[in-house]
Amino acid sequence: MTQQTALFVNIGERTNVTGSARFKKLILEGDYDTALAVARDQVENGCQILDVNMDEGMLDAVVAMTRFLNLVSSEPDICRIPIMVDSSDWTVIEAGLKCLQGKAIANSISMKEGEADFLEKAKLARRYGAAVVVMAFDEAGQADTVERKVEICTRAYRLLVDKANFPAEDIIFDPNIFAIATGIPEHDDYGRAFIEATRQIRATLPYAQISGGLSNVSFSFRGNEPVRQAIHSVFLYHAIAAGMTMGIVNAGRLPVYDDIPDDLRNRIEDAVLNRRPDAGERLLEVAEQFRDPAEVVQSDPEWRKGDVTSRLVHALVHGITDHVVEDTEEARLAMDRPLDVIEGPLMDGMSVVGDLFGSGRMFLPQVVKSARVMKRAVAHLEPFMDAEQEGGVRKAAGRIVMATVKGDVHDIGKNIVGVVLRCNDYEVIDLGVMVPGAQILDRAEAEGADMIGLSGLITPSLREMSRVAAEMQRRGMTQPLLIGGATTSKLHTAVKIAPERDGSVTHVLDASRAVGVVRALLSPRTRDTFIDEVRAEQEKLRLAARGRNDRTNRLTMGEARRNALKLDWSGPAPVAPSFIGAKRFLDWDIGELESRIDWRPFFQTWELAGRYPELLDDPIVGEAARQLHIDALAMLARLKQDPRVRPAAVVGFWPAEAVGDDIQLFVDSDRTETLTRIHTLRQQRRHSQADRPNLALADFIAPAGSAPDHLGCFAVTAGPGIDEIAAEYEADGDDYGSIMAKALGDRLAEALAEHLHERVRREFWGYAADEELSNDDLIAERYRGIRPAPGYPACPDHTEKQTIFSILDAEAAIGMQLTESCAMQPASSVSGLYFAHPEARYFGLGRIGPDQLADYARRKDWSAEEAANWLASNLDADAEEESSAGGDAQVSGRAA
Amino acid sequence: MRSEQSRGAILREAASKRILLLDGAMGTAVQDRDLDEAAFRGERFADHPSDLQGNNDLLTLTRPDVVLDIHRAYLDAGADILETNTFNSTTISQADYGTGAYAWELNHRAAILARQAVTEAEARTPHKPRFVAGVLGPTSKTASISPDVNDPAYREVSFDDLRLSYGEAADGLLDGGADVLMVETIFDTLNAKAALFAIDEVFERRGEVVPVMISGTITDRSGRTLSGQTGEAFWNSVRHARPFAIGLNCALGAAELRQYVAELSVVADCLVSAHPNAGLPNAFGEYDESPETMAVQIREWAQAGLVNIVGGCCGTTPDHIRALAEAIQGVPPRSVPEFPPSLRLAGLEPFEVQI
Repeated sequence: MTQQTALFVNIGERTNVTGSARFKKLILEGDYDTALAVARDQVENGCQILDVNMDEGMLDAVVAMTRFLNLVSSEPDICRIPIMVDSSDWTVIEAGLKCLQGKAIANSISMKEGEADFLEKAKLARRYGAAVVVMAFDEAGQADTVERKVEICTRAYRLLVDKANFPAEDIIFDPNIFAIATGIPEHDDYGRAFIEATRQIRATLPYAQISGGLSNVSFSFRGNEPVRQAIHSVFLYHAIAAGMTMGIVNAGRLPVYDDIPDDLRNRIEDAVLNRRPDAGERLLEVAEQFRDPAEVVQSDPEWRKGDVTSRLVHALVHGITDHVVEDTEEARLAMDRPLDVIEGPLMDGMSVVGDLFGSGRMFLPQVVKSARVMKRAVAHLEPFMDAEQEGGVRKAAGRIVMATVKGDVHDIGKNIVGVVLRCNDYEVIDLGVMVPGAQILDRAEAEGADMIGLSGLITPSLREMSRVAAEMQRRGMTQPLLIGGATTSKLHTAVKIAPERDGSVTHVLDASRAVGVVRALLSPRTRDTFIDEVRAEQEKLRLAARGRNDRTNRLTMGEARRNALKLDWSGPAPVAPSFIGAKRFLDWDIGELESRIDWRPFFQTWELAGRYPELLDDPIVGEAARQLHIDALAMLARLKQDPRVRPAAVVGFWPAEAVGDDIQLFVDSDRTETLTRIHTLRQQRRHSQADRPNLALADFIAPAGSAPDHLGCFAVTAGPGIDEIAAEYEADGDDYGSIMAKALGDRLAEALAEHLHERVRREFWGYAADEELSNDDLIAERYRGIRPAPGYPACPDHTEKQTIFSILDAEAAIGMQLTESCAMQPASSVSGLYFAHPEARYFGLGRIGPDQLADYARRKDWSAEEAANWLASNLDADAEEESSAGGDAQVSGRAA
Repeated sequence: MRSEQSRGAILREAASKRILLLDGAMGTAVQDRDLDEAAFRGERFADHPSDLQGNNDLLTLTRPDVVLDIHRAYLDAGADILETNTFNSTTISQADYGTGAYAWELNHRAAILARQAVTEAEARTPHKPRFVAGVLGPTSKTASISPDVNDPAYREVSFDDLRLSYGEAADGLLDGGADVLMVETIFDTLNAKAALFAIDEVFERRGEVVPVMISGTITDRSGRTLSGQTGEAFWNSVRHARPFAIGLNCALGAAELRQYVAELSVVADCLVSAHPNAGLPNAFGEYDESPETMAVQIREWAQAGLVNIVGGCCGTTPDHIRALAEAIQGVPPRSVPEFPPSLRLAGLEPFEVQI
């Protein structure tokens, strides 16, 4: 659906003959193929709008624009993004707009030739269905001061909106970026003027956007790319904060604002913001030394030369632990009390981190690293504080008791939230995993907690959260309750948890939201409003959920079964596996698994969303993503060396036949002695396409009497060593290492599941002996057969894991266990079923009706209540449907 | 102030109260009458140098009785909006038959015929207003796709050719009394943008404005138009015309079309229309989805709040329209959502710049 951008739109600038000598040469020589490649590179490198300019004296620009845009229109991977038709000649802009089926931008029009001309062009632009860039230019010339820029843009806006009925949201102002530091005093204010005009325009002219061509600003430094790019970065940093929303910019080359050496950045900032009269000269003084980019890197330890406070702040912001103990000691000796070090430089540094994170300039992995530096420093100070008996004197901003609920073992998300809250001066008492409700509440009462946070990953944990909420009500506890974790959702919280108590219950989507929620709930000023808003929203969600109880879209159980997938089993008999029963496979090579890691969910864990590997070059999060990736590879190397990390797998195959919606397994190929039954659930939704079947996993297995078929089961784990290693990092005050180890443990388990499945297809079952697929093919599931996991959309009943574990004897074979909620231990584990039929595919069960629920309860020998409990997420009028969009594997239904 | 403007107000009023019903296919109904070459030619084109059989729009001039009968049958079936017999009545499409010179007249007469049928029906049931939608079809050429594989920059028709051709057709339709202009079966959005450009010029020149309906065509299950746009990108690309309704028609049956109508229904802040084919073509190239089957599906769309205007495209008959009339009876129309303004651009895909 809609691609949206929240921060800043990059407009590609390489397809502009006035800005790119190379592109100009290609067009002049008529080499349109290579010119198209330039456009394609831009799109692939992340530009979101493509600027095309053919204003060159040697060219017939109308012809060149038409030809180039017609060619672009034939290239779906270029013309998927909008085009900006850029010319100072209106006839060229019109020629361009006549080639474009999408909604384009005309760049630009202005009041240079008076109001009538301006309005006529605006009318035509609207007729062509284009947005417009309006230059701050009028009859008297280009605007160069704040006052003139604002005055012209305001006048243009009023004309367009009031007189021409032009949509305000289709207006993009370009308030003129001019070169600074030229040596001419009149030019000194050009940077500030653009930024300040931007601020005023955004404040007074609603819905209009601000754009500009960035390269002008640094024109005086042409030939010195590092300094030019640093100027662009600093300029953008301030202009974006003021409301600049798009720009013609080569984003791939911009340094991160915070990475620009302090001295250079300060001097640039002086010039951009016109903070001192000699700013231009001072920038020129140092510009030469940055000409060679290699020197910039080496000038890094500059920060070590500052005073101890600035060094500590720097170390915290950049997550550098190397010198933190010596710096902390130096600060302690210089200050009256150890506590002063915490309350002074350390809290100062953490508040910078909090601000940078809150404003989107630092990302989660960096914050967790900062927390590690903080912990080191505090750990160094603690013995001295104990000696002075002043421990506990400090009062944190609030105290929060957190836990992963009973029956659940997943805690990466909870730990990240804990770290982020601690960074923001909250005291977090983390009770760990599988914590019974009574214990959580006892502790919260004993500690006088201001708030309680519950986390969980698997669907049965949702019920446990409701129980804890009800118990809080019974005990008369009034603290706010926070709910988080992959299967939780706003909707589920509103419908199932919040009604259990009078006190407030808030769903927290991810770690980056946690601080805002906690702060709002603890501040006496915002608390009541926030609680009321959340309540009102939850009431709305409850009403909506009731409205969604739409039975007309559901088939009866009988209808759904009649519309089952009927596969043809009359051909050659299905391939039989190479063995019957369970076999254990140990000694997996971590290096081999490493090459099969699907990195995208790993980055998601750290709240860095995007495609891998493109993410590593992202202009905004690329820096953080690259560093995280480097740290992850280092951790993998460390895990490889550790003899405690022993990934293990157990696989079994059994003769099978479908019996209704169940799958009957037999002990051996005689098919006389039965082993057990796998129970599957059938889709009941009425498909909009009549030829789509209502699937159950049993459909992929041959029914009794049709063909001799088999079913496979598997369980894999990265091994208990991961949890031990993570605990060691945690004990050492290194949450970054601990979270990293767990996140990689999960990846290794999933890579093992992928690798094992491949060997099953090629060797153990052998139905695809000559398959040759790349890792990307594997991640995209371009293979025959599926491996659905209980607890995921195709088979949401977690208790089927009990059957799988029992026939595989997974505990005895490789030490895997299930909790009472059917969470697997160790946490980095995967289990599921193998289906070999070429038509087998992943699907989402969706909601089921009371008829199937009763039928399933009978087949499972459950009471109605048990059935409703375990399948709560798939029952009608229930909130949990949306929550199934949790992790990556849940989307595909694959047992990753 | 011409009557169209007050009729526009009546139309908006009717659409706010109920789901409106378009008519069904013209082509199928004409085929059923087995008209031969002589019938298409009539006296007027008896000596025309090229074959005219299959030029259904020409029947407006040579067999107005046939066209009028078909219009009457759809009104009897319950249609609120008649589509003029002008799908190919542009100079560009008529050029294939050598009859481009009659484009204005074809549009003018077709609007008059539809108007006549509507006036008769309104005389019988004065409480129920009916409307004439002047149809502007896609033409037989595409402005953003090259027909020459060796030269992807080549275009068979230019934006300005289309603009002039559509302008003439729109003029004829308005002269003949169309209440609405409907740009439909859009498989190349650039063609549609040329039509919308022309319509805006015509409105300016005539000093009158009528409601504009826009209906695109998703050509296959890829969910894109022939020229490659997604539904939302298509909407972003035509939204500047501030249409009365946006919708989809043709190419697919109701079952296949539903998800794309649903997508438009979410993003469009104007009325949503849909007139699907009677299913997908069978082995003989015929559309054979029954009125009952189609009605069940359209009723579900209506109940799900997806649509404001429905009707039929290829293969549908007065029986289909009668079944649809019953199916939507009493179901309230989709309520039009409101969105905060934001810059919504498009290439083949939509791109929104949030404020």
